[in-house]
Amino acid sequence: MSGKKAVLEIKGLRTQFFLREGVVTALDGIDLTIYENESVGIVGETGCGKSMTAYSILRLVPHPGRITAGSIRYKGIELTTLDQDRMRSVRGTKISMIFQDASTALDPVFTVGDQLGEVISLHQRVYDKKALQKKVIEALMLVRIAAPEKVITMYPHELSGGMKQRVMIALALSCSPSMLIADEPTTALDVTIQGQILKLLKALVAKTGSSMMLITHNLGIVAETCDRICVMYAGRIVEDAETFELFERPSHPYTVGLLSAFPKLGVKQAELPVIRGTVPNLMKPFKGCSFVDRCDKAMEVCAHKRPPRVEVSPGHFVSCHLWSGGERPGGT
Amino acid sequence: MADLVAYILRKVILAIPVVLLATLIVFLMLFMTGDPINVLSPPHASVEQLDALREKYGLNEPVYVQYGLFLWQLLHGDLGVSVGFFTRDLEVGDLIADRLPRTLELMAIGLTISYSIGIPLGIFSALRHNSLGDRSVMVFTLLAYAMPSFWLGILFMWLFAVELSWLPIEGTTGGFASIILPAMTLGIGNAALTTRMMRSSMLEVIRQDYITQLRSRGLPEREIIYKHAVKNAILPVITVIGLDIGWFVAGSVVVETVFSWPGIGRLITDSISNADFPVVRGCILVLALFVIAGNLVADILYAYVDPRVRLG
Ligand SMILES: Nc1ncnc2c1ncn2[C@@H]1O[C@H](COP(=O)(O)OP(=O)(O)O)[C@@H](O)[C@H]1O
Ligand SMILES: [Mg+2]
Repeated sequence: MSGKKAVLEIKGLRTQFFLREGVVTALDGIDLTIYENESVGIVGETGCGKSMTAYSILRLVPHPGRITAGSIRYKGIELTTLDQDRMRSVRGTKISMIFQDASTALDPVFTVGDQLGEVISLHQRVYDKKALQKKVIEALMLVRIAAPEKVITMYPHELSGGMKQRVMIALALSCSPSMLIADEPTTALDVTIQGQILKLLKALVAKTGSSMMLITHNLGIVAETCDRICVMYAGRIVEDAETFELFERPSHPYTVGLLSAFPKLGVKQAELPVIRGTVPNLMKPFKGCSFVDRCDKAMEVCAHKRPPRVEVSPGHFVSCHLWSGGERPGGT
Repeated sequence: MADLVAYILRKVILAIPVVLLATLIVFLMLFMTGDPINVLSPPHASVEQLDALREKYGLNEPVYVQYGLFLWQLLHGDLGVSVGFFTRDLEVGDLIADRLPRTLELMAIGLTISYSIGIPLGIFSALRHNSLGDRSVMVFTLLAYAMPSFWLGILFMWLFAVELSWLPIEGTTGGFASIILPAMTLGIGNAALTTRMMRSSMLEVIRQDYITQLRSRGLPEREIIYKHAVKNAILPVITVIGLDIGWFVAGSVVVETVFSWPGIGRLITDSISNADFPVVRGCILVLALFVIAGNLVADILYAYVDPRVRLG
């Protein structure tokens, strides 16, 4: 890992929502580094903070939420304190995002051509109508949309779900960002289309040489698409390892639970299995490990002390007291 | 665009039965007081005059023939003759044609005032949600909306014409200055309604995914708000333009009376006090057609802005 250049370095990121009823800690100290040309998967149950991680990176956390601690560096530039104008120039051209639900992510009253053209003309400074249209059509061809000349005159409601997601990908990639965040890009689609979209994403990322952060709650998808996987639980990253390593030697009890119902690498459509208990209330700050109530291996210390992030083997990080000593318990 | 043309055609065709229904209702008003000749003739008319009028309106024929005749005359712009004391035997059509432009200009300026205040103020309020400015706007809209228009009209008269002497108090002799007070009185209630609607619609729209999506592409905030958010947020406002016009028609009767504005509304109140049924009937028909046309325009405008409605 050390030879690679980091595109994005997140340290101790905390994002909180200030509600009338109290403070919700959606992200509670996230550490995550994404290197050049790398695809990193973020997995975890709904509500564990995957989307908020993405929104925090782009500084688009919705009101009443905001980043309250930590640092996010893009190629060395600190994003959390960047002024609005410079932040805007990061969005789209440096870091771009594909949204969870393509059906609501396009403006319903503008044509596909208008919406793509707007972004391309802004970032690539193409103002000539003809030249812009050519670029728009190219962008649509890149995401393998048939008859792009026709599609540019269409409105979002005239497109199928898969087509909309392709348009979203075209939008996200139209400014050749060096970092693409895809937030559950296929959750809203049916299975056959899911496969196509993922293949397309993978191919495009490989072609453009950008890094990708792929958010999903589907282990099959990350297993197939990503070089590395981060497992999130209740606003924290509990385990971070290369894909093969994670499936071979899952080390956090939560990861072990997730994988137990997952037969083997390469099998599609394994949704996250059910683990005993429920996700903790994020409004109550926890002193110790957030997984303690559901963990079969919980010890005395787990309820009181936050587990440190330990590198159990090169590039394999776990936050669990079982590993606090540094070596594998039970000798594997 | 082909779908838009098809949509407009469909709407125009659908408006035809509504127009017919309006003419039928207006026609049936004739029978509300027993023998129609009573309301269609001037008081103390001679027997010969009555016979001539019966002949003209076909009152001896079966009702459906009478209705047919009514429509036929309507198509030729013939709405009968006035039976009022001052306007006796004048063509109703001419009387209305005389007044209609006045009402149209009053409504046009009233509508302009109401949208040019309501839409920007709604946007302003939404963008400063819960600020002092937003709260003041909300209080203003509440007051403006709750106030009856005759009361508001008198208030304006007192303030701008009597106390400040900025504007003429009534009538039309002051040129453009004359229209300002009546148009403001007519428009302000609707401006308040439009403000509230635009505000809540804006608040709804700026929370949408596609707005966040636009931000994530680095578009300038002013483009996101004024191009994308406003175009989406204005849709509910457009859908009620038809209703607004109905409100304006009703309001114009009051406002024209308060300000002695010589439009259709004033003509109606005058004709009612003169028991001039043919003129009242003609005015009501014209206003009904006006409301129908307004709704048609609103529908078309809506389809123009929102491509999704062209389907249905
Ligand atoms: N608008 C909001 N108001 C309050 N809390 C929120 C809001 N949005 C998200 N959260 C909190 O952030 C947590 C993480 O949300 P999110 O990142 O969307 O989860 P997911 O992993 O499903 O994408 C949620 O469990 C919730 O507690
Ligand atoms: Mg999510």
